[in-house]
Amino acid sequence: MSAAIPLHAQLINLFAAVILLLAFAMLAQRRVLQLINLFALQGLTLFLSTLVMAVKIDQMHLYYSAALTLTLKAVLLPWILHRLVRKLHVKNEVEPLINIPTTMLIGLGLVVIAFNVALPISQLSSTIARGTLGIALATVMLAFLMMITRRKAITQVVGFLAMENGLFLAATSATYGMPMVVELGIALDVLVGVIILGVFFFQIRDQFDSLDIHHMEKLKEH
Amino acid sequence: MISLTGLLGQLFAIALALMLAPLLTGWVNQCRAWLQNRSAPPLLQPYYMLHKLFHKDVVLAEGASSLFRAAPFIVFGCMVLACAIIPSLSTDLPFAPAADALALVGVFGLARIFIALAAMDIGTAFGSLGGRREMLVGFLAEPALLMVIFTMAMIAQSTSLATIVETLAHREMIIYPSIAFAGIAFTFVSFAENARVPVDNPATHLELTMIHEAMILEYSGRHLALIEWAASLKLYAYSCLGLALFFPWGIAERDNFLAMSAALPLLFVKLTIGGMLLALLETINAKVRIFRVPEFLGTAFLLAVLGLLVRLLLETRV
Amino acid sequence: MMPLLAIDLLLLAAGLWAVIGLAGLLASRQPRLIARVLFPLGALVGLGVGLIGLTALGANTQTAVLAIGLPDLPFHLRLDNLAAIFILLLGFVSAGISIYAAGYFRDGEGPSPGLLNLEYHLFLASMLMVLLADDAYAFMVAWETMALSSFFLVTTNHRHEEIRQAGYLYLLIAHIGAIAILLSFGVMTSGSGDYSFAGMRAQALSPFWGSVAFLLALFGFGAKAGLLPVHVWLPEAHPAAPSPVSALMSGVMLKTAIYGLLRVSFDLVGMTLWWWGVVALAVGLATALFGVLYATVQSDMKRLLAYSSIENIGLLAVGIGLALLFHSYQMEALAALALTAVFYHCLAHAGFKSLLFLCTGSVLHATSHRSLGKLGGLIGPMPWVAWLALAGVIAGAGLPPLSGFVSEWLLLQAFLFSPGLPHSWLNMVVPVAAAAVALVAALAGFALVKFYGIIFLGQMRDPGLKEAHDAGPLEKLGLLWLAALTLLLGVLPGTLILRLDAATRQLLGKGLAERIAENGWWMLAPISPAQASYEPMIFLAIIAATLLLGRWLVHRLYHGRVRRTPAWDCGYHFQGPRAQDTAEGFSQPIRRIFEPMFRMTRHFPTIRDRAPTYSVKVEDHLWYWLYLPIARLVNALSTLITRLQGGRIAAYLMYSFVTLILLLLVARP
Repeated sequence: MSAAIPLHAQLINLFAAVILLLAFAMLAQRRVLQLINLFALQGLTLFLSTLVMAVKIDQMHLYYSAALTLTLKAVLLPWILHRLVRKLHVKNEVEPLINIPTTMLIGLGLVVIAFNVALPISQLSSTIARGTLGIALATVMLAFLMMITRRKAITQVVGFLAMENGLFLAATSATYGMPMVVELGIALDVLVGVIILGVFFFQIRDQFDSLDIHHMEKLKEH
Repeated sequence: MISLTGLLGQLFAIALALMLAPLLTGWVNQCRAWLQNRSAPPLLQPYYMLHKLFHKDVVLAEGASSLFRAAPFIVFGCMVLACAIIPSLSTDLPFAPAADALALVGVFGLARIFIALAAMDIGTAFGSLGGRREMLVGFLAEPALLMVIFTMAMIAQSTSLATIVETLAHREMIIYPSIAFAGIAFTFVSFAENARVPVDNPATHLELTMIHEAMILEYSGRHLALIEWAASLKLYAYSCLGLALFFPWGIAERDNFLAMSAALPLLFVKLTIGGMLLALLETINAKVRIFRVPEFLGTAFLLAVLGLLVRLLLETRV
Repeated sequence: MMPLLAIDLLLLAAGLWAVIGLAGLLASRQPRLIARVLFPLGALVGLGVGLIGLTALGANTQTAVLAIGLPDLPFHLRLDNLAAIFILLLGFVSAGISIYAAGYFRDGEGPSPGLLNLEYHLFLASMLMVLLADDAYAFMVAWETMALSSFFLVTTNHRHEEIRQAGYLYLLIAHIGAIAILLSFGVMTSGSGDYSFAGMRAQALSPFWGSVAFLLALFGFGAKAGLLPVHVWLPEAHPAAPSPVSALMSGVMLKTAIYGLLRVSFDLVGMTLWWWGVVALAVGLATALFGVLYATVQSDMKRLLAYSSIENIGLLAVGIGLALLFHSYQMEALAALALTAVFYHCLAHAGFKSLLFLCTGSVLHATSHRSLGKLGGLIGPMPWVAWLALAGVIAGAGLPPLSGFVSEWLLLQAFLFSPGLPHSWLNMVVPVAAAAVALVAALAGFALVKFYGIIFLGQMRDPGLKEAHDAGPLEKLGLLWLAALTLLLGVLPGTLILRLDAATRQLLGKGLAERIAENGWWMLAPISPAQASYEPMIFLAIIAATLLLGRWLVHRLYHGRVRRTPAWDCGYHFQGPRAQDTAEGFSQPIRRIFEPMFRMTRHFPTIRDRAPTYSVKVEDHLWYWLYLPIARLVNALSTLITRLQGGRIAAYLMYSFVTLILLLLVARP
């Protein structure tokens, strides 16, 4: 059976599974601060899986991107988000548009779809961890679902970042990581994106006295 | 094919369960008291309790039928059967083929139906409330437990608990990510099934929150003793099931006396740690509203199904 | 002289049933004769039919030709293993129901006993003929007789408006179903004009026409069985009928539809496409979930059981779907596992559902209440019925060690192997379907605990219940017989599956017999004991031993003293029967969790109400989404057509004349 899988591939599979688990936990989470913590944990798991990959195939650029993941996604971004939440006095409650059990049921359906869609692609790939491609795709979809079904702007940002985690996982599992330039670029983009969004939050709150994206509906042209 | 040693081992396992189960309950209560800064009851308190209850007269409500009087014995019988077929020390259990993991879920279901019916028998407000809530928890927890067992059964290609333990403990070490999902789901389910925080509070008599206590309000004397004992046995059975599925190392294989003698102290250690963890988790969690319980158990169900999917994706296609 | 074959004996039995029915007409002035002689005779014939069915399992296929009907179109009859299973079911279950009916039907209720007796026995005979039929003609004649006789039985109490409506709906959907079945047979002959089943087997259909035949059969037999979305008649018709008839319809008649579906899809069509299995699986799952959810929220005891029948039919369709799926990929061993689960569940459901329906009959006679809100505490005055109903409840909830668990266990085992399907979507989605099956089984437990707890336990919700009396001796006998079947099916699965194996082998070419026979008779291990095993006898023995030993020890070491006092209830002093959960209250969690599944109209009391009332009415979404639009459409069309009806004879003559001319123009040789 699966006895033929080498240890590092098993580890990567395990980490991928944990990332999926965390994506689901984020979907089920009702508190904003816990959500950010879960995101940090996901970043940490992503770092570990990249590290295992780096050790196995011994490529320098994977070490770099592992380090980048750790600093950016497990430490820096969660810290910024925590500060934002505290500065903005966001109420510590996620407000879902669809109730949480239904969201999770939809999530389950997405996982089935993602797994099956990824199957033919991962058979083309020759890397050691191609099974995780399905999980990466599922993570992206779940993050997307979170962005769609949450009302608060800050949860949407977390969703956006979680989606990036999924993409990163896909990249490492399918092709041993993206070229360094691309990766740096994305990392920088994400960082700048979050900062800009943070600035936006302040503006939105000043304007509407709330961070509910619901209010943006008023912005349409008449 | 049934060896004498096997039969002895089987009887020993049952006797051990009967003796050890109240101790485990006492240990969990003690840990909880410590963690909550209360002075702890003696470790042997559950035994004193059973002794006292067995001595007392049974005070039956006037409307109680024969079903009410039979239910404690049936529930107790179900729990003994459950303890008999879950491998705790050795996988050489002659009674184990009587029920595989799927039938084990049935055993718990049978006990649940009887206790819920007995709760409705007197016709008090609390009794039927408890029965209804118990069935609510049951219909959510049972499928989740079945899915956990499905995941494990797919790994071992078998629903026999002994085979599952042997596959996991005595073959090549492989990391199965799906077990992580199944493990979390199982933890959720066992909290719900054993009337623990966050689903139920074993210490409460606060009317609006109780489930298990509401069902057994009218029981007294030996009937109550049997129900309390059965509840301890259920906790013990669930602990042993969790250990067998997720930490099977140390459970002896057939005809391995050395491992058998090592298994007993190991089981003690595992149960001690398990009891502490249970008390810790109970302490750091808050009891949820009854209508959050479906969400809690729904999450367990989804996690178990997710575990199944991960198993199918990651571990079957190489 | 030729020795009498089993099939001849069965024909004789069908004839006897018809004779018993007619004899009742002659003796319609003497209801005692009918009750004490004719119904027990019918039960004896049933027993005989069951025994013949049992012996026919594994025996050679027998055929017969019956020269009745149209001159050159005789009835072809055939007794094979598949039919034998259902004949066995019909015989044994109807024996219990008939003996119960002997005590149940009394004078002064509904139509004359003679007529009832005729309809009842014709119903039995026609079901037997359905199972024996070997050509489309005989099948349809028997099928329609079955539908009509059961229609008359449903409308026994036709003075009630709603019963007439239920009967009408039943007849309507039965006919739509029959048309679909007829069309399906027509497709399978593929124009050869040979309507015998042997002729259909000989045809090689294209995948397209095969699929058409299968879908038509699924729809037609589904309409009889109560599959979604043609289930609406079932919760109306089953409760409307007298209880023994409900028991026959739920326990036996629904299974003839399952028989028909199995006959067409595994035997007559001669091919299997994988997506047929998916369709059956999906429809079955939807039906099962729908049925069980609606069962939990019912307040009428017979409606609750009727919805539970829908659930069980759904589970059967799931099993058939799984079997088709495995069969289409030539995984015959697994298909055999799923098919065995289907057969077993047919038998199990026939037993426990008849038992439960008959128990509601006894309750109805004793209390004349059907609504759960008026019942309660009947275990006191009716201990026999209560304890026997408990057997039905445990089996119906799919719990060991009774019959329902065995089939559920087999079905889950079959699901466990579905990841082996060589299709990437299926092997992920199908195991998830197992999760839904598990949910359905657990919810069935909820529904039946509600059923039992509210009827038999607690305080009496109506003071008149104190006068309730237990069932009479004949009724008890019938109930005991069915409870014994449920127990036997529960504890002897290995032995019974060895017998059923002949049918599995006939349909799939492979069975479970070798694997099961390797182990002792007490053990059920369809693959190998190391993989999965279930020993209900030992299971039961351990629980019983603990129970008796525990009781003995406790009494020996301590004492057996009992004192009676009023209930404690946390010291709460108001303990009237209204403090208990009502039927609506018990299912409130379900209504809340699955709210979108129901169409609810609720009335809540406000704070200022002097006489606060709460009411809830749960209706079926499909009725509004599907049936009413269709009914409106039909109505609109008929209004259009009424324009033709002018009342003038000249106009009518002209219509006939124009039609004649058109026909002459069109229909040329």
